[in-house]
Amino acid sequence: MLRRWLNSEYLVMLLTFAGVVLLLPFTPGLASRENLANVLLTLLPLLVLACGQTVVLITGGIDLSACAIMAVASVVGGLAMNGDTGWLAGNPWATPAGVLLMLGVGLAIGAFNGFAVATLRMPPFMVTLTGMMFFGGLAIWLTRSETIYNLPSAFNALGGRLPLAAAVAGGLALAVHLLLSRTIYGRWLYALGHNPRMARVSGVPVGAVTAGAYVLSGLLAAAAAVLYTGQAETASPFLGQRLLLDVIAATVIGGTSLFGGRGKVLWTLAGVLFIKLLDNSLNLLNCSFFTLTMVKGAAVLAAALLDATRRRWQEAGT
Amino acid sequence: MSALLQFERITKRFGGVPVLRDITLALPAGVTLGLVGENGAGKSTLMNILGGNLRPDAGHMTWDGQPYAPSGPADAAAAGIAFVHQELNLFPNLSIAENLFLTRFPRRGRWPVIHRRALAAETNRWLREVGLAAPPDTPVERLSAGERQLVEIARALSSEPRLILFDEPTTSLSDRETRQFFTLLERLRARGLTMIYISHTLEDVLRLSDQVAVLRDGALVAHGPREQFDKDRLVTLMVGRRLDRLFPARQPTGGAARQPTAAEGAGAPGQAAPDSGKPEVASVLPQGVPLLEVRGLTRSGVVHDISFELHAGEVLGLFGLMGAGRSELAQILFGLEPFERGSIRVRGRPLASPQPTRCLREGVAFLTENRHEDGLALEASIADNLALVTLRRHARRGTGWLNRVTLADAVRGIREAVRLTPTARDAAPVRTLSGGNQQKVVLGKWLLAQPPVLILDEPTRGIDVGAKFEIYQLIVQRAEAGAGVLLISSELEELIGLCDRILVMRRGEQVDELRRAEFDRERILRAALHERSAA
Repeated sequence: MLRRWLNSEYLVMLLTFAGVVLLLPFTPGLASRENLANVLLTLLPLLVLACGQTVVLITGGIDLSACAIMAVASVVGGLAMNGDTGWLAGNPWATPAGVLLMLGVGLAIGAFNGFAVATLRMPPFMVTLTGMMFFGGLAIWLTRSETIYNLPSAFNALGGRLPLAAAVAGGLALAVHLLLSRTIYGRWLYALGHNPRMARVSGVPVGAVTAGAYVLSGLLAAAAAVLYTGQAETASPFLGQRLLLDVIAATVIGGTSLFGGRGKVLWTLAGVLFIKLLDNSLNLLNCSFFTLTMVKGAAVLAAALLDATRRRWQEAGT
Repeated sequence: MSALLQFERITKRFGGVPVLRDITLALPAGVTLGLVGENGAGKSTLMNILGGNLRPDAGHMTWDGQPYAPSGPADAAAAGIAFVHQELNLFPNLSIAENLFLTRFPRRGRWPVIHRRALAAETNRWLREVGLAAPPDTPVERLSAGERQLVEIARALSSEPRLILFDEPTTSLSDRETRQFFTLLERLRARGLTMIYISHTLEDVLRLSDQVAVLRDGALVAHGPREQFDKDRLVTLMVGRRLDRLFPARQPTGGAARQPTAAEGAGAPGQAAPDSGKPEVASVLPQGVPLLEVRGLTRSGVVHDISFELHAGEVLGLFGLMGAGRSELAQILFGLEPFERGSIRVRGRPLASPQPTRCLREGVAFLTENRHEDGLALEASIADNLALVTLRRHARRGTGWLNRVTLADAVRGIREAVRLTPTARDAAPVRTLSGGNQQKVVLGKWLLAQPPVLILDEPTRGIDVGAKFEIYQLIVQRAEAGAGVLLISSELEELIGLCDRILVMRRGEQVDELRRAEFDRERILRAALHERSAA
């Protein structure tokens, strides 16, 4: 019984709701309109990032550089668009051009990661860990560690106005969901995540599909940068520095397997909700940042344990 | 002489299939026993039971008069039984000395510190014994295959066992090393060590053993002093005849091929031109162009100068013992392994650098030998596994959007065609299926592609008799639809029952080719067995 429950796809969803219901009486303001709107707004970039991470995790890889990609995209966009020194300043096309530029940055770094992993056969962990260091540094270097203000208001609206931001993030999440569940690319991703040898023998273009996952993750990181930067109305190289833990935590808590082959956007959505509500309620309960991190760490460990346990059960053939 | 080791009515089944039946065998101390049998005769299973890797379903063993029921390799080692396996079990990153003494390093007194000088001296002693001139601290990865085999032997000896088992110990040895190894065996025998020697090189077995035992289909069919045997008798004993197997009718007009050696005369489609009136693939081909043409295919140390043609409507068998290079040949054909020389043509078109995707496009499908490793995604659903190879047909160009209706139809169709158990849901993970049904899923996913060339590597390994027959039917149907089937099998019966032509391989070389009218178990097995010209 317990085992069936632990194996359920919707475990995290249920836990999240149970958590909210339990905390509601003790947490003043949890259900208030402003608070929920705030939670939702800050949840959106995380969701977009986590969708990219989900795709990469399905291949059995990991993308640690996602948040560094976000930082680079943010400052490149900021440098181009800001009203003071940006070369797009004042241009009526500044926002679309800036967004495209940011997406281009994500695409390029993602393509590099994909090339290193799929063609050079480097371990994803190393490639993206060094990517995280390098591009994290690059973002700071590009801005001399300054924050960039005075971004176009149309751009700020993309991430800052709830309906618009929700439409963008929701649209992207839906697109990834459809990609995974309804296209040939999705089937190939799962197949190679389950068993890369088998996928190769069965005619799956393993290299291209793997590289594609990193490209997608890069693009989605850049899209998250658009949302985040707009929300903050400033471009910062420190954007999302603390976000990596949340991204991987949310994905893994949702049930996407670190061993590859298992993962869904819906699960990730549940994971993101879980992490965000945990964050928010502990904040409202006046817990310190350290406590928060410790609780999150424990939650991720529990999720990883659950993943490993499910795998053990599978291997035992039950 | 009292028996050092005694097998008493040992029986073992794998998933209902008996692999050892009632084996009773006594091995007196100081005797060398030669153990022979075809692939799958049960030698490995018996030795795994002796080594504690498997437990018998029935029967027991005694060792030195005491009941012996090992629960793991450590128990076998503790009893004084050492194994020298065909596939090497060394740690390539460690040195020779470390490999030899991994579990029992000489220490400095009671401290957990390795006594390096003692270690080197001990290692040298055993290396001298096996005739390997290499410093003890050489990493094993720098040794040749033959040298590694000698290290493996030294490791077995260094535990000072009372019984050593050699499983095909000479396959990776050079002639010089083999001669040296045989002198060593003579020395060990003179010293009174008990040994079991397993080999496909019958001359060696006859020369080195005091007694010979023959296994066939899991049963002990002969056991006696060496003098009772010669090579011919061994081959005859190993081959035997199995009458409990049915094969589907090969030709629409012919009867069930229960007596495959019976000549079928001019009707045998093994000749150059494919039969007229074969539908599908054959009709669009110019007469006489083979579906698959291989010329002089060579990869050093693996396959050497392989040439053959596979015609429409033909089932071509590929027989060979372990290590003959059959699976390796198939992997080269499908682009999973490289080759150095030779050419491959599919339907007349050259396939210069095969890749799985490319081969599939050209119409070659390959069912691999190991369904768990590269045949299936075990955790993925039955439907996803079945559809994987042919997904492109259901995807819109450009977007890759899948048409779930046609996809579901295709899955339903192939499920019925391969007669997959109807109780399993499409969404159930493949892991939950029985071996036979899993194999049907792998076969089904390839059959969905309707490939003109179908390469099957051990398609019936480890599945029950009923499922085997159904898979045979599917193979024959595929050939009758005009495809060419290259069937690799260790089971001679299977090839004789299904094929139009059989190629025999030995150590990477093509050594014989028989048409259906010429099928002869003894001739095939004799060709496949290792010959040793220089003694």
